[in-house]
Amino acid sequence: MAVADATPLRPRASVVRQLVRSTSVVIGGFLVAVMVAIAVLAPALGTRDPAEVNPSVRNKLPGYEATIRDDDGNKVPVSYRFGTDSLGRDIYSRVVYGARVSLIVGLTVSVISIVVGLLIGLVAGYVRWLDGIIMRLMDGLMAIPAILLAIGLVSVFRAGLFAVIAAIVVPEVPRVVRLVRSIVLSIREEPYVESAITVGTPTPLLVVRHVLPNTIAPLIVQGTFICAAAILIEAILSFLGIGIPPEIPTWGNIMAEGRTLFRVFPHNILYPGIFLAVTVLGVNMLGDGLRDVLDPKMEQRG
Amino acid sequence: MSSSAPVVSLERVSVALPRGGDRAHAITDVSFEVGRGEIVCVVGESGSGKSVTAQAIMGLLPKGQLALTGGAIRLEGREITGLPQSELRRLRGQRMSMIFQEPMTALNPVERIGTQIGEVLEIHTPLSPAERRQKVLDIMAAVHLPDPASMIDAFPHQLSGGQRQRVMIAAALVLDPVLLIADEPTTALDVTTQAQILKLIAEMQERRGTGVLFITHDFGVVAEIAHRVVVMQHGRVVEVGTRDEIIRRPAEPYTRMLIQSVPSLEPPPRAPKTSTVALATDSLSKTYVSGGFLSGKRRVVKAADNVSIDVRRGETVGIVGESGSGKTTVARCIARLIEPSDGVVRIDGIDVAHLSERRLRPYRKHVQIVFQDPNRSLNPRRTVGASIIEGPVNFGEAPADAMRRARDLMQLVGLQPEALDRYPHQFSGGQRQRIAIARALAMEPALLIADEAVSALDVSVQAQVLRLLDDVRERFDLAVLFITHDLRVAAQICDRIAVMQNGVVVEAGPTAEIFAAPSHPYTHSLFAAAPGRNVRFGEGLAVEA
Repeated sequence: MAVADATPLRPRASVVRQLVRSTSVVIGGFLVAVMVAIAVLAPALGTRDPAEVNPSVRNKLPGYEATIRDDDGNKVPVSYRFGTDSLGRDIYSRVVYGARVSLIVGLTVSVISIVVGLLIGLVAGYVRWLDGIIMRLMDGLMAIPAILLAIGLVSVFRAGLFAVIAAIVVPEVPRVVRLVRSIVLSIREEPYVESAITVGTPTPLLVVRHVLPNTIAPLIVQGTFICAAAILIEAILSFLGIGIPPEIPTWGNIMAEGRTLFRVFPHNILYPGIFLAVTVLGVNMLGDGLRDVLDPKMEQRG
Repeated sequence: MSSSAPVVSLERVSVALPRGGDRAHAITDVSFEVGRGEIVCVVGESGSGKSVTAQAIMGLLPKGQLALTGGAIRLEGREITGLPQSELRRLRGQRMSMIFQEPMTALNPVERIGTQIGEVLEIHTPLSPAERRQKVLDIMAAVHLPDPASMIDAFPHQLSGGQRQRVMIAAALVLDPVLLIADEPTTALDVTTQAQILKLIAEMQERRGTGVLFITHDFGVVAEIAHRVVVMQHGRVVEVGTRDEIIRRPAEPYTRMLIQSVPSLEPPPRAPKTSTVALATDSLSKTYVSGGFLSGKRRVVKAADNVSIDVRRGETVGIVGESGSGKTTVARCIARLIEPSDGVVRIDGIDVAHLSERRLRPYRKHVQIVFQDPNRSLNPRRTVGASIIEGPVNFGEAPADAMRRARDLMQLVGLQPEALDRYPHQFSGGQRQRIAIARALAMEPALLIADEAVSALDVSVQAQVLRLLDDVRERFDLAVLFITHDLRVAAQICDRIAVMQNGVVVEAGPTAEIFAAPSHPYTHSLFAAAPGRNVRFGEGLAVEA
């Protein structure tokens, strides 16, 4: 019989090129990159020790110039770009160092939630008899509000990074599990998965090879949203005084500290607020853009 | 407005594709007309531009993607190409209307049938609600919907597929348009339902003098209802003529090739096979139980009931039936994608019906399956080479050896061996189906199940894949279980067929005997419904490419 004509090679729009073309990916990615750079380079950005208390420069407005003695007794001129708080700490340094905590919390929470949720979701989607049990358990976990859980965890353990991360991860995991499970349930019916079953591919290999890759794109997108939510919740918990201890600079802590004198010295809340808003905006825009590029269904509609 | 003007005429109509497509125009210089009370079939394979033609007439080209770039479309002699949207909206529904392929998605699931049919009246006429209701009842009776008085308040999910398509036709015809465009209106329907809908469309056209533009890929349907036929390929009109001209004396080679590719309903004589039995099922049943504990009523559905089929080496046995007949359930039980509730599945003498996955594994390689949808049967993220060698490597073959065999298999199914490191999206549907066959053959199976394996393919490609299947069956002495709803395909490829209805095999025997003298009434009605049964189609399978 005749050999069918040469296979036409249709050019595949590269994912990278699509990402670069998407405005929200570019803007969001840029904002996130700036925040990461600030967090990593904090000591090199002209900051002082963010925990240093100096009673002589309490409650100064942004741009205040002062001369203070350093440890060796020499007089050095200091410029407080963002002003100082009621303990005389440099708000600029605290905001810049605060980026570290926010990004660590955001990244850790999203990675842990995705990994744990992915594993549980794969099991729930693939092992039929476990599905009902796991999903009811997840429904139960989802009913716990992060803030109440944080209060509980803080009263059992000490307030700190661990309690904050745990408090945010627990309600996020079920959302990831639901997402993964729904993808697994639809992919396992795909003819190519069934073909793999008929050629004798063992189940673990089947899941890793044919099912898992389909979950990656949606999980990256979900991860960005979890990251943004985690950064916000961490700020809320710190603001409420049940998160990271107040001596560690976080955006929530800075705002909590500035709350009492907000009307006289709004800069105490303004600067960490701006950084928080920009970071969350950047992460969300990145996630939106990624979804448009990675989700083929959205792409067709657009 | 002169009454002699055709209902719709197209003159050198072109529609541009967005840049970066595989060609510059979706349709180029398309000209034809539909007269009053005439059924014109536009026939062509996928990508021929037949649906775009319909959208262009209705003024429904997707904005920003397709644009009319030239030519004139006249509705009853009046130019409608440049008309503003508001004017077009007035014409749609009143003078021209359209019905679609999917009767389920074309109806709003949360609105009553009566409201949906009456919507056109509400928009275009000053009738009172009571008058509207009366008119809706009249048209529902006209399209032979049973008991219009109670059905008018039903919701779409309470109707069958055929009834929904009748509702669509009622809504399209309620204002007596001069032009009805039907875009593959029976493709999603079973063959018996299709026959009823075709009859209804012909009746409506006769009684009301509506001009019908009927878009289809199925030459059986063309033979059944067309007065005139427009053949399209790659966005151009290849040939226009009366039905008999096109079907009996096609002038263009492309038309001739298409018609030769349509499988004939007359099965060729075949000698009965006496080789060893590769597959035997004995009273195979699959029962689904839904509901029960905590979730309402317990429902028991017998998807397959007491099915006994055997297939010998080198033999093709067909399971024929409409949707919901249980033919795919039987295939999935045999391939052990699901576990049968009861019965025996003997593969090379060993009962695999209830083996655990671990004990089953050695027998997996004996049964391979080729699925319907070529777009989904290969993992889009893996090269076709990786897909083909997956099975042999699972069973311990060295990847390099498996790849060497895969190259031979690619050649065997008519593809270049160099294409092994390409991804599925770089192949056409027919090519992907060839790859799926190669993947199945790589396991050196005893039984190959083809589950509607050619149903999603264009007729010319279908003929090639059928030839390939027959070829490999002979070469490897394969037993083939061929699941299909298409009687023409079954007639050409199967040695024996089993006809299924509601999970039960109602009739089984040699293909030629059953086609010559069906004994069960259901088989009778299936044959009677096959479109174009009065026309003998070209000996597609006999003609070598």
